[in-house]
Amino acid sequence: MGNKERIRKELLKRKAINVVMLSLSTLTALYGLVWLFWILADVVLNGFKFINLELFLNDPTPPGIEGGGLRHAFVGHFIITSIATLIGVPIGIGAGIFFAEYGRHIPFVKGLRSVTDVIVSFPSIVVGTLVYAVMVKPVGHFMAISGSVALALLMIPVIAITTDEILKLVPNSLREAGFALGAHRWQVIKDISLSAAKRGILTGVILGIARISGETAPLLFTAFNNNFFTTDPTQPMASLTVTIFQYAMGPYDEWHGQAWAAALILTFGTLIFFISAKLLVHGVRKY
Amino acid sequence: MKRKEEFLEFLTKSTLGAFTLVVGLIFPFTTLLVLVWESLPAIERFGVLDFLTGRTWDPVAEVFGALPALFGTLLVTFIASLIALPVSVGIAIFIAELSPDKLKPIFSTATELLGAIPSIIYGMWGLFVIAPLMADYVEPFLQETLGRVPLIGKLFEGAPTGVDALTSGFILSVMIIPFMSAIVKDSFEMTPALLKEAGYGLGATKWEVVKNIIIPYSLPGIVGGMVLSVGRALGETMAVAFLTGNVHQIPLSLLEPLTTITVSIANEFTEADTDIYLSSLYYLALILFVMSFGLLMLAKFLILERLGKRWGTKNA
Amino acid sequence: MGKMSNATPLKIDVRNFNFYYGQHRALQDINMQIYERRVTAIIGPSGCGKTTLLRSFNRMHDLYPGNRYEGEIILYPDEVNITNSRVDPIMIRMRIGMVFQKPNPFPKSIYENVAYGLRLKGVKKKSVLDEKVEEALRSAALWEEVKDRLRENAYSLSGGQQQRLCIARAIAPEPEVLLFDEPTSALDPISTSKIEDLVVQLKDKLTIIIVTHNMQQAARVSDFTAFMYMGKLVEFGATEKMFTKPDNKLTEDYITGRFG
Repeated sequence: MGNKERIRKELLKRKAINVVMLSLSTLTALYGLVWLFWILADVVLNGFKFINLELFLNDPTPPGIEGGGLRHAFVGHFIITSIATLIGVPIGIGAGIFFAEYGRHIPFVKGLRSVTDVIVSFPSIVVGTLVYAVMVKPVGHFMAISGSVALALLMIPVIAITTDEILKLVPNSLREAGFALGAHRWQVIKDISLSAAKRGILTGVILGIARISGETAPLLFTAFNNNFFTTDPTQPMASLTVTIFQYAMGPYDEWHGQAWAAALILTFGTLIFFISAKLLVHGVRKY
Repeated sequence: MKRKEEFLEFLTKSTLGAFTLVVGLIFPFTTLLVLVWESLPAIERFGVLDFLTGRTWDPVAEVFGALPALFGTLLVTFIASLIALPVSVGIAIFIAELSPDKLKPIFSTATELLGAIPSIIYGMWGLFVIAPLMADYVEPFLQETLGRVPLIGKLFEGAPTGVDALTSGFILSVMIIPFMSAIVKDSFEMTPALLKEAGYGLGATKWEVVKNIIIPYSLPGIVGGMVLSVGRALGETMAVAFLTGNVHQIPLSLLEPLTTITVSIANEFTEADTDIYLSSLYYLALILFVMSFGLLMLAKFLILERLGKRWGTKNA
Repeated sequence: MGKMSNATPLKIDVRNFNFYYGQHRALQDINMQIYERRVTAIIGPSGCGKTTLLRSFNRMHDLYPGNRYEGEIILYPDEVNITNSRVDPIMIRMRIGMVFQKPNPFPKSIYENVAYGLRLKGVKKKSVLDEKVEEALRSAALWEEVKDRLRENAYSLSGGQQQRLCIARAIAPEPEVLLFDEPTSALDPISTSKIEDLVVQLKDKLTIIIVTHNMQQAARVSDFTAFMYMGKLVEFGATEKMFTKPDNKLTEDYITGRFG
């Protein structure tokens, strides 16, 4: 009798611990959500009221003079990111293809792949200092194109690793069927592997763009900043992120407001990229 | 016909191979070389040990020591990891084991979205929203409570400004939670259903299965994820750029301003007016590079690969 | 070996053939003859090397590192040694087609699947492609089922149809030899019998080598049978004889189901 009672008590205790721990775990999940919504809410609430046509159409005015905008930063951001994408996407996809299609059984290439995997988490500011040393210093002035190179360097490993992972999901039997018909490897890659994996690779590309479009640190000493509108990639160029950095640190309320507005657009731009990549993934065919 | 195809084969292979070399070898190697080359003047002037332990950072006198920035980097990362680890494990348990299947993708995506927000946004939000809250409410409260406790109290001395180690570490923790919880969740989900069922079959509660089966089974993943996140946090710049105060001092309390390697570089790089100043900043970058690269390699090879193989839970 | 072998020319001659995975010798001193326009079945328990031998005929092992061929596999009429490293495997694979264990159509349309091998051969003209695709699909007994949906994705077909599509894909470029690697192991009985009928019909046009774990299947479709065990060829001969009075005790044990 007493024994039964003890087991019952013990069970009650275990169940109580269970409830407590699982509630704690639920709380942590809610904790994560709180920050997400808090940040998004603040960005929307503070940024929305500063969004108007002038923001997109006008260039900055000296502090205190009404009607300035961030056209220079929007255009600059677009140019820098686009050039980075043009450089980064082909190299990233190419390296990913090599990892999956040529180097899968070669130890040296597998080593390179591991290093690439590590570079994905590289401190982005270090890439900025690298590009400063090899591009900006020799030329003697900051350039948008050097910012693009820095961003491309950050993007390449991300795209290479996702491309490799996606290609490894393509069943080998498909490749063998191609080889058995007498195809060369490049034909198998082009007609079979890539055609089976194109959606997944596109996802990787979008994720790569999402990653670089929010970067600030690598641009600080490469593309630098510019208070004037320019489309010349050999000149210093403003970007949304560096402008936010500059304006948020600045002393003027108007700057703060515009920084929030830029933050709003940057955040949702990045998140839209991110969500569309996720949606694409869910559409990838399972073999 | 056949010639053309063989030429294309050669062309494809060599081009893609060259790209691979660029990514996996030339890029990291050049980075190391350039950083070493650019820091040579500083290395010659200050040496290795003296630089690492030097407490002075005085551009006017041209005396540079890395200790404050190094200490700040480690402190902020430590605070961030301390907060992020339990929360990340909690989130991973929730997503992997507790949440109803329909809500799973929602929670997963929400956590990932948190990680997708650009770090400059974290920094700005931290400066305008969190720092004032910390200064006005949280830090005075901590001083009233923990500050009264002997020994620990020392950590909370000073004027609460919100621009300090505590706020920086906290913001950084929010940034690395998504990353850490994703890795932990992935390793949780690799626990075979059969093992879990064995636990339930013995009459274990859900928490007991998590504690006694899932966590031990995915330990390499948890440790690896932790180290990877630390490696990432070390190199994070913009989230803390506004919040440390960029003061080259070793803080005696969590409420004093400080600096980190990344913040020093971000703030001072374009202002460095002497060669030795710039070289010292490169020296800082080199230290950061070695630390984070080493840590990331450690996480990848030692923990995720080797332990994972031994435990049969390789999931790098 | 009966009348049949005397009447038919040799298509492939395997001479003292060895195959190594790294240090491991997976095939030992194989000697066998494949006759033109006949079906040769290779049977044996799992791991006996039958698939390894089959994949040597079209040099599939070249795709992975550490593999080595030793000895000769002579392909007639031009007496080229398939396993000679100076022989281009791509030329070999254009002459020797393959159908795999599981249906593996490309993620393309039905039409493009069949046309792929032709395109590799440099056929560009639409009318020629159309004609050859139809011919191949007819030979694979699939034409009637798919003629109105040639542009649909190949994955919309059933498993059995997919496998017949893979056969059509393999025969469209008109290979001299067709290799089947347990082609029905993933299929239901009805689809299986359709494939078996096809194999028998196809031997009017080409030489067939089929690996199977199913002895009844070997008995039903093949003219010659090779029994392999532990990387060695134990017995080779006319199917009828192999299944009624095999020379080797091991063959008899396997065929009567005493092991395997």
